[in-house]
Parts: sequence; C-alpha cells; structure tokens
Amino acid sequence: MLRRTFLGLLGAAGASVALPVSAKAGGKSFGPHPDTLGVLFDATRCIGCRKCELACNEVNELPAPDKKFDDLSVLDTKRRTDEKTLTVVNKYESSKGSVFRKMQCNHCLEPACASACFVKAFKKEHNGPVSYDASVCVGCRYCMVACPFEIPAYEYDEPLTPRVMKCTMCAPRLAEGKLPGCVERCPKEALTFGLRKDLIKIARARITTYPDRYVDHIYGETEMGGTSWMYISGVPFSEIGMREDLGTKSAPELTAGALAAVPIVVGMWPVLLGGIYAVSKRKDKIANDERVAAVKDALTRAGEEAEKKLHDELSKADVANQRRIEVEVKKAVEEALAPKEEEAETNEEES
Amino acid sequence: MSVDTTAVEKKSLFTPFNIIATIILIAGAIVTVMRFTGGLGAVTNLDQNNPWGIWIGFDLMCGVALAAGGYTTSAACYVFGLKKYHSAVRPAILTAFLGYALVVFALHYDVGQPWRLTYPLFVQNGTTSLLFEVGLCVFLYLTVLFIEFTPALFEWLGMTKIRNIVVKLTLALTIMGVVLSTLHQSSLGALFTIAPSKLHPLWYSQYLPVFFFVSSICAGLSMVIFEGTLSHKPMHHLMDEEYLNNHDGLILGFGKAASLVLFGYFSIKVIGLAYDNNWHYLTTGYGAWYLVEMLGFVALPSFLYAIGVRDKNITVIKWAAGLTVLGIIVNRFNISMVAFNYQLPSAERYWPSWGEITISLFVVTIGVLVFRFISTRMPIFHEHPDYKEEH
Ligand code: SF4
Ligand code: SF4
Repeated sequence: MLRRTFLGLLGAAGASVALPVSAKAGGKSFGPHPDTLGVLFDATRCIGCRKCELACNEVNELPAPDKKFDDLSVLDTKRRTDEKTLTVVNKYESSKGSVFRKMQCNHCLEPACASACFVKAFKKEHNGPVSYDASVCVGCRYCMVACPFEIPAYEYDEPLTPRVMKCTMCAPRLAEGKLPGCVERCPKEALTFGLRKDLIKIARARITTYPDRYVDHIYGETEMGGTSWMYISGVPFSEIGMREDLGTKSAPELTAGALAAVPIVVGMWPVLLGGIYAVSKRKDKIANDERVAAVKDALTRAGEEAEKKLHDELSKADVANQRRIEVEVKKAVEEALAPKEEEAETNEEES
Repeated sequence: MSVDTTAVEKKSLFTPFNIIATIILIAGAIVTVMRFTGGLGAVTNLDQNNPWGIWIGFDLMCGVALAAGGYTTSAACYVFGLKKYHSAVRPAILTAFLGYALVVFALHYDVGQPWRLTYPLFVQNGTTSLLFEVGLCVFLYLTVLFIEFTPALFEWLGMTKIRNIVVKLTLALTIMGVVLSTLHQSSLGALFTIAPSKLHPLWYSQYLPVFFFVSSICAGLSMVIFEGTLSHKPMHHLMDEEYLNNHDGLILGFGKAASLVLFGYFSIKVIGLAYDNNWHYLTTGYGAWYLVEMLGFVALPSFLYAIGVRDKNITVIKWAAGLTVLGIIVNRFNISMVAFNYQLPSAERYWPSWGEITISLFVVTIGVLVFRFISTRMPIFHEHPDYKEEH
C-alpha cells in the first residue's frame, strides 16, 4: 500500500510537468497574436550615428557609457549588448562597403528565454514585448544560454540583487501611447514601428520596389519561429553579423521532444521496473521452490533408501537371526542330548 | 565516536591529505566571502557570452553523472534481484546522496540569488523549462536518497523501529530513484537541445537526453568500481567479511555491464552522427577532439572492460573504470564548455578563473571529508551486527 502512495506522489510530480507540455504540444502553431507590435530595421538607411543608443540609455536610466554617444570610434570594435547597454550599433565591412546594424532583444514570438526560464520570469505580452520580472529571477542564466541572438546580459558585479538586462521594447512607453525611445530618436527612419503584420507588408513592398537595393529576405519573419523585431538589408545577413543557420523552429519546438518524454518515463518506468522486479522475484521464487523441492526430493529419496536399507538390514538380520537361532537350537539340542548319551554310556559301564 | 577512530585521527593529524584539505578549506572560505560580497563577477570569468562555467560544467554536470552509482547499484540489487551486489548498495547510496547534496550546495555559488532557489518549485513553476525538470527531480531525488540513506543512520543511533519501517520501503524508493534519475540525468542533456546554434554539431543532437542517460549508467557503474578502489585502502579496517568477499565478484559483474553499456553508448552516438549526417565535421579540429573522446574515452574503456572481465583481471577493470570516469568528465566539459559557443572567436571564449577552480576543489574536499566522517562511524562498508542476515 505504501508503494502505491509513493508512486502516486511521483505520478503527480510527473503530471505537473506534463500538463502544460501537452497543452503546448497540442497547439503549437497559433501564429502571432494579431495585435503584436514590432519594429522593422532597414540596414540600408542606418548611418551608425548612435542616436538610438543614446535614447535607450536615457529612457532606461542606464549608467553613462565609457565613451560618449557622439564618439563614433567605438564602431570600429565589435560590441554586444551588456548589462549597461541594451542596444548596440555595429559597423560591418561588406561587399557593398560599410553597413551598420542595430541589435537588441528581438522580442521573439515564441521566445527561447521565456521557454527556458524555470520561474517564468519572462513573458511574451500580447502586444509584442517580451517582459522580464526581476522579482522572481533566481539568476540561473539559462535564458542567456538559450537565447539564439545572444541578447540577455547579467549584472555580474551585483552581489545581492543581480538582474538579467535586456531591451524591454519600451513597454512602459508603449502603455502611454509613445514610441520606443530608439524609434522616436532615429534621424533616418531606419526604424519603423507598427503592427508586425503591417511591417511585413512594408518590408515586402520595399524589397519589391527596389529589388537591386535589398536582398530578398525579411530576417525575423520566420527565424526561430519568428520575431517581433525584423530586419531588411542590402547585403546578405551573414555579412552584418547575423546567423542565417538558425532555422525556423522555435525554442519550444526544439525542447518539446525531451519534455514529452517526461510523462512517458513517469508512466512507463515504474511499470517496467516493477515487471523486472516481479520477474526477478519470480525467478528467485522458482529457484527457491526448486531448491525446496530438490531438498524434499532428496529427503524422500534418502528416506526411501534408508527404509530399504533398514528393510534389507532387517531381512539380513532376520536371516542371521534365523541362522543364529538354528545354531542355538541345534546347540541346545545337542547339549540336551549329550548328557543322555553320557548317561547311557555310564549306564552301560555301570551295568 | 568509537575509540579506534579517534586513535586513527590522532595518529594522522598531519597527513599530506589533511594539510592539503585544510589549505583548500581556507582558500574556499576566502573565495566564498568574496563571492557573496562582490558578486559573481568578483571571482568568476563568466561574461555575457559565457553564462555557465565550471560551476555548472563540473559541479553540476559531472557531479550528477558521477553520483549515478546510487541508482544503478540499488536497481541492480533490488529491482534486478542481483543480491550479491547488496554490500555495494550502502557506499553507493551514500556517495550519491553526498554527490547531490554537494551539487545543490555548489549551486548556491553559481546562481545569482541563491535564497530564491526554491522559487521555481514554490513561487512560480516554469514548467516549459527543462531546468525546471532538473530542479524538481534533483529536489525529489535528494529526498529519496536521504531516506534511502537513513537506515544506516538509524542503525548507528540504535533506532530500530523507524529503521525497520524505512527498510520496508526499499523497493518503492529504489523505483522512484530510478524514475527520477532517468528524468534528470537525461534532462541535463536536454538542457542544451534549446541551443542548436551554440553547441557544435558534433555534440548537438536531438538525442542528447538519451546520450546523457545512457552515459550516466556507464558513469554510475564505473564510479562504484573506482570509488571502491579508492576507499579500499583507507577504509579496509571497516569493511566486513561480506563486503570484502563480494568485492571482486562485484567488480567483475559491474565491469561486464559497463563494457556492454559503453559499447551501446558508442553505437547510439554513431547512429546520432549518421542521423544528422555530420561526418564531414570529423576532419576539422573539433572532429579530432571528438574522435579522442569517442575512441579514447568510450571505445577504449569498453574494450578494456571486456578484456578485464574475460581474463578476470581486476587491475585492468579498475583502469577501465578510471578512464570511463575521466571520459564522463571530458564529455560533460565538452558539451557545457568546449563545444559550447564554438562559433565565438577564441578571445571571447571562457576559461575558468582561480576563484572558480578553488570553489570546485572546495566542494569536492567537503564531500570527501563528510564521506570519511560518515563511513568511519556508520555501518556503510559493513553490516550492523544487530541486522545481519536480514536480506
Ligand atoms: S531575442 Fe533573446 S532575449 Fe529577446 S525575446 Fe528572443 S530569446 Fe528572449
Ligand atoms: S536567470 Fe532569471 S530570468 Fe534567466 S532563466 Fe534564470 S531565473 Fe529565468
């Protein structure tokens, strides 16, 4: 009975893991929420002025950078987002000369960071942003491992309350009906803000109108299951530091197989192991029974033998006895007869 | 504390082991203070591209794999009914329990806010995360291991009644242990399935969970042999007749199993390689290292085990066990560090700092000390006189 209780507990533990998985697996292609907002970045328009970086720094009240935002020499070295810089513009030497590209959280439709977080600190909001709740974050940094765009950064120098830092898509400003800081500040309209589905139309229109200026691809339309932030460019994306081998599978799809195995293991393993145990137990039992039977057998056989032996002995003893009796009798008879003969002899002598 | 153990300690207070252990403990204490006053950045080489270092790669990944001896041994003994391995169960359970406890201990250094380690379970469940599965299983399994360990504790304390109750649960606990181990050994591998773009294709596979699970069995079997060898000398006086008599037979049996499982592991790795059609990577630098791992740390020990078992050569088997243990470490390092972020230029790659290495040594040292403390006092390598002839 105790075993059943334990397995029941275990099953419950497994089910708590399994439930949301099956829900997810059941309908993995909902597509983006129709209200999902996004930003389109056009690399042919960006001039690398770093105004977006400045705006981001002000809006998010981040610490002052090492080099001022109007110092364009920083563009000569490759940079990535970090805990003090939520967006970064880099310069790339490409087949068409210098090209600039802005990077920040892409606000994936099915974010790897959110699917990886074991306290659900990340959440894809219906209107687009992937939000982060620092009040539950444990600081395991699995989100950083998971993000295919290498965006989340960590406050490594914070001893007590380190946070994961990444672009928020200016969710607080969106709530006030304002544009994201970077979009508002961009002097060249390299950034376009709007409904994601409209952005795709705009991007496609630009590509079809100027086929010589753009490569025929909207980066982020399908990459890793699609992102809210998308890119178009005049040079292949690999030349501006963007990976083209990410595939279209979203993070939840990548891990679905492993998660789906959980209920199976929880369900099947105890049965299998119980079966193996029963078999080995039965083997033991059979071995044991056989042993007992063999002993019994041996005992009976030994018993029979003993009996036979006894019988033999007895009969042998009988014969011997018989003979001894005969001998005794004979002796007795002889003895009994002997005095008479003697007597007779003496009588004969006397007479 | 019995008389002879104090005598032993008195005699050997200034052994090289004790001196080194003391130095490590002091260094560890210093780094601990630095870590919790200065943050992760003060003692680690972690950065924005490399969020996980040896505290995950060694303390967690290897720690969990090498503690697999617990479930493999108890499954062999209680589920598969191989009663002759009974004497190996307690040392293996103790090792596994300490292993997991230390994994959890080490995690307190690695996560940013360790006081929130229970949040995933009790505040907000991130059930889509494989890390949640790891956390839940480790938490449950640590509990199971603790209960499995308690009979030794209760025997030592002379609490017969409760001890007998726990012993009755053995089978249920063993099955739970196997289920939980299957889940989190494999989910540790599955953690990396989310990052196909970061892990080198030779190591990335949809089968990573299976690879991790199967290799954990090899690790478990080999650790039991390896650790038996290590404890044999210092603990010899504590080992009873049954333990010593069964020791060679156990090594042969486990060696045979390890040889087979390693061979199976090799096969499924090759199948994985073929399935993803990654053969062309074998000619690259990473390919060469991959071949070293596969041939030197999987094929070779499998072969050595087979020879050792055929010739009944315990020494060869022990070497094979050592090689396999090393191989598991190599494999977990490769996946969590060497082949991870392979696309980054070498200047941006991770290399552990002295602080990180110190803490890892610190954790291992604590483990050895606690193991020594417990196994010299409680009935681990021998049966308690009151409970002999019970199984
Ligand atoms: S880009 Fe990275 S951090 Fe941003 S939503 Fe996607 S996975 Fe998360
Ligand atoms: S570091 Fe925080 S946000 Fe990132 S996965 Fe861990 S708990 Fe979630």
